[in-house]
Amino acid sequence: MKRIIALLVACLLVIAVELLCSWTGTLYYLTQMTMSAYYSLLIIGLCVVMGYAGQISLGHAGFFAIGGYLSAALTTRNLLLFHDSLLVRGLDFAGLLVTGKDIYGGALVVVTPWAACLFAVLVAATIAFLIGIPVLKLKGHYLAMATLGFGIIIYRLALASSYFGGADGISAVRPFPLCPGLSVSGGPSTRVENYYIAWGLVLLGVILLRNLINSRIGRALRAIHGSEEAAESMGVDTARYKLYIFVLSAVLAAIAGVFLTHYNGGIGPSEASVMKSVRYVAIVAVGGMAHLWGALTMSIVLNFLSLRGVFGTYDDAIFGTILILIMLFAPEGILRINVGQKLLSLGGVFKKGGRKD
Amino acid sequence: MTAELFIQYLFAGITYGSMYAIVAIGFNIIYNTTGIINFAQGEFVMLGGMISITLLRFMPLPLAIVLAVGITMAVGALIEIVFIRWLKEPSVLRMVIITIGISILIREAALHIWGESVRSLPYFVGNEITTTGILGARISPQVIWVIGVCTMMVLLLSLFFGTTSVGREMRACAANRTAAILCGINTRNMVTLSFVLSAGIGALAGCVMSPITSTQYDNGTGLAIKGFTVAILGGLGNSGGAVAAGLLLGIIEAFSVSVVPLAFQEAIAIAILLLILFVRPNGLFGSKDLAGLKEF
Amino acid sequence: MKGFGTKFLVTTAAFCFLVAPNVWAKDIKIGAVLAVTGPASFLGGPEARTLEMLVEDLNAKGGINGDKIQMIIKDTTGSPEKAVSFAKQLIEEDNVVAIIGPSTSGETMSLKKIAEDAKTPLISCAAAEVIVNPVASYVFKVPQNDSFAAQKIFQEMKNLGIARIAVLSSNTGFGQAGKEQLTKIAPDFGIQIVESEVYDKQITDLSAVIAKIKANKEVQAVVNWSIEPAQAIVAKNMRQAGWDVPLFQSHGFANIKYVEAGGVASEGIIFPAGRLLIANLLPDSHPQKAVLVKYVSDYETKYKENASTFGGHGYDALMLLDAAIKAGGADREKIRTALEKIKDFPGTDGVFTFSATDHNGLGIDAFEMMTVKDGKFVPYKK
Repeated sequence: MKRIIALLVACLLVIAVELLCSWTGTLYYLTQMTMSAYYSLLIIGLCVVMGYAGQISLGHAGFFAIGGYLSAALTTRNLLLFHDSLLVRGLDFAGLLVTGKDIYGGALVVVTPWAACLFAVLVAATIAFLIGIPVLKLKGHYLAMATLGFGIIIYRLALASSYFGGADGISAVRPFPLCPGLSVSGGPSTRVENYYIAWGLVLLGVILLRNLINSRIGRALRAIHGSEEAAESMGVDTARYKLYIFVLSAVLAAIAGVFLTHYNGGIGPSEASVMKSVRYVAIVAVGGMAHLWGALTMSIVLNFLSLRGVFGTYDDAIFGTILILIMLFAPEGILRINVGQKLLSLGGVFKKGGRKD
Repeated sequence: MTAELFIQYLFAGITYGSMYAIVAIGFNIIYNTTGIINFAQGEFVMLGGMISITLLRFMPLPLAIVLAVGITMAVGALIEIVFIRWLKEPSVLRMVIITIGISILIREAALHIWGESVRSLPYFVGNEITTTGILGARISPQVIWVIGVCTMMVLLLSLFFGTTSVGREMRACAANRTAAILCGINTRNMVTLSFVLSAGIGALAGCVMSPITSTQYDNGTGLAIKGFTVAILGGLGNSGGAVAAGLLLGIIEAFSVSVVPLAFQEAIAIAILLLILFVRPNGLFGSKDLAGLKEF
Repeated sequence: MKGFGTKFLVTTAAFCFLVAPNVWAKDIKIGAVLAVTGPASFLGGPEARTLEMLVEDLNAKGGINGDKIQMIIKDTTGSPEKAVSFAKQLIEEDNVVAIIGPSTSGETMSLKKIAEDAKTPLISCAAAEVIVNPVASYVFKVPQNDSFAAQKIFQEMKNLGIARIAVLSSNTGFGQAGKEQLTKIAPDFGIQIVESEVYDKQITDLSAVIAKIKANKEVQAVVNWSIEPAQAIVAKNMRQAGWDVPLFQSHGFANIKYVEAGGVASEGIIFPAGRLLIANLLPDSHPQKAVLVKYVSDYETKYKENASTFGGHGYDALMLLDAAIKAGGADREKIRTALEKIKDFPGTDGVFTFSATDHNGLGIDAFEMMTVKDGKFVPYKK
């Protein structure tokens, strides 16, 4: 019951923000709210990986970038040159190609956004599955380094290949028509719809993850975070659950990447950078590692402020400071601080956070 | 491949390799006494370079370097005292995140203090185009400085850990912390000392390298990643292994230029690292039994 | 602590404007989205500082047509997603009359459609030709075309009798675009690229790569196209290897810091650049002389660092806007029309003449071949 109420409150808040903005004539705030929503979709996935499965991932921007880049490349790169190849013919036969005009007015043949989106998410899931098997066997520093390494490889590949536009990234990505009359695009005329699309996705993600947390799998996951050995001796297949959750979070990240890329009309290598991954970890840490609503709230607040340029040239420095302060004083997350309890037992938090992984 | 080209690649490789090895040893010193990987290690290298360049305006080169190393050591001690000393049994996850945060803070502070511009120390001997011929290849004297200073540091460190009583106490902390405490060793001070030491060698490496590589506020991150790769390849905590792995990675990188496009070099280096992590997580030179004793 | 105070002020100022948007309602609002920090900060940093200086200067003289300028500078850290967010914010919330920037080509391309849809003039400080070709009615750019730089270099090579070259470039947008132009134009000049390498922008040593291309005895000259410290490293590594074929660099070398970083190895490097670097050596009759000398001395007195052509892009962007607003008034549509009518306007990058089909306004004569002599930039003479 409590879960449903929380969800209802969240839905009402989403609607209230929109109504408030349109009433006060400040609908432009919805632009950054929409972008924050997509980043939040990644954050809640990462929150479950870090909080419930107890695994750090310093490479989640990589999955976001896989989604965004693949979808962007497939829907902008001209296939006309290869129109005789079997693959392109097959795609054409299956109705997955669209024609259009490039910026110089030449003929353009590209993959439809739906097919590109599914393909991108599928690739992200496959990669998460393949690297998840060996990576999740690692612990501590090795796990941190392996996920960081994965992130760097994706960043490097995006930067080194001309197919993905190198340092310039991909621009002129067209809107993503979800269904007739509704498409993911960044213009002011479609702003309200897109706000609801983004938040609809986030709330769906929350429902999915909440159900997961409260299912048999979820209880097993919490057991992993508590003690892996104990969970295993109880017959919980920890490796499978960890992999499952890792792949799921990668899928959420990739979906976020696809949608935000179509919303922004482009993507650049900055979306794959290590700093982005660190930033996501920072947000999850602030919100509370095993606290879905907390992570979601902090994600909206911090992303919204950052995307509005409130932090100016101190953007990265702010995230660094947040990271340190939270980890030093409130490793359970800022929304978990209970002031009264804190005063009673100042050392208690550290003991709780001091679990050896 | 001609002999001349071979030597040229080899020296380029040894130069990269010694830098990576020094950063990796910095990781190891701290790791051994605390079990923490200090992600801000690369920033010490940057700080060493930046501070010595600033000081050079007021004093001769050797003094500037000595002072820069001293200041960076103080920064190292400060970081340990402010952020790490008072934490009770922090989890690995927490420490990883804290040191990443520290590295971001140092980098951003450097950006706002020194600006985005690129600086470098002058060459210690001769200038940018002075070279010495070695077996037909032409090597800058600074390369010999880098290799020499790095070798010296490795030798002095092993002497320090092998013969002095403080060094032995630090090793005792590494081997078994509880036992070290029981023997009356102040492990807290040993941890501070390890930060001071690794900041110092990082800074010195930063000074020697600056004429060749230049120094910029965001130099540290790339070096830290390479250094970490080397530390893991060589087996975490194993400094001999770090030297071997550093040279190996450096030389592979230098020779790979003739086969792989440079743009993919780092991606490939890290892919190799991931493979090794999956297949042989205790590194090329680490022993499985030793690794089993440590907590990760 | 250079730059710290000003950066802080801008940030606070930008924040204040954000909170209280109606206080300066009568002012002319101009937005700037620049990579002040992050990997492209060597572009955005000087650009932002130039804009601050210039706005202060213009406002002290009474602004434009008697209205004060209110400049809102946003730091994109070189990320397209932030550039998109900031551009929308500036256009819709702050109602700016025009946007200066972004600093990089990737960011500019992601703003092209936004500027078009919102009918807001955008004056980019990035060089890629695709920004203004095909022409978008509201998108302009001030830096010279890369293809002109490539042509200048090849012309010089032809004079020197060079036919086979090696091309080095960095993996940034700048390096990438330059490499494309070099490869495209080389055959027109009968020049063959026999070796080509792309390196990371943060590379710290290139001796292995230099050894590799040096081993190819066909190479008569090296062209390096990048904008980072690597430019000095290439020069150092080449001279250390005892290799003395001519080294050409792109206009990205036009920053005295790289000459200092390269030391003696920088001597004799040949590269095309705007005239900012040799402002004092220009004849008094040159149309750009007065503008350049003033900008360089103002910038260097204020910020105690050498002026670069990047800062010059910011200067030109704002001065062009100033001219357009004076001619047509502070209105998006009028600015656009006025910009297209600007003729023979002396800026730091060259003498601009815009038209409905040319939104760059510069010709190949905006570049001058230069070289380094005794640690200083001088015009190149054979």
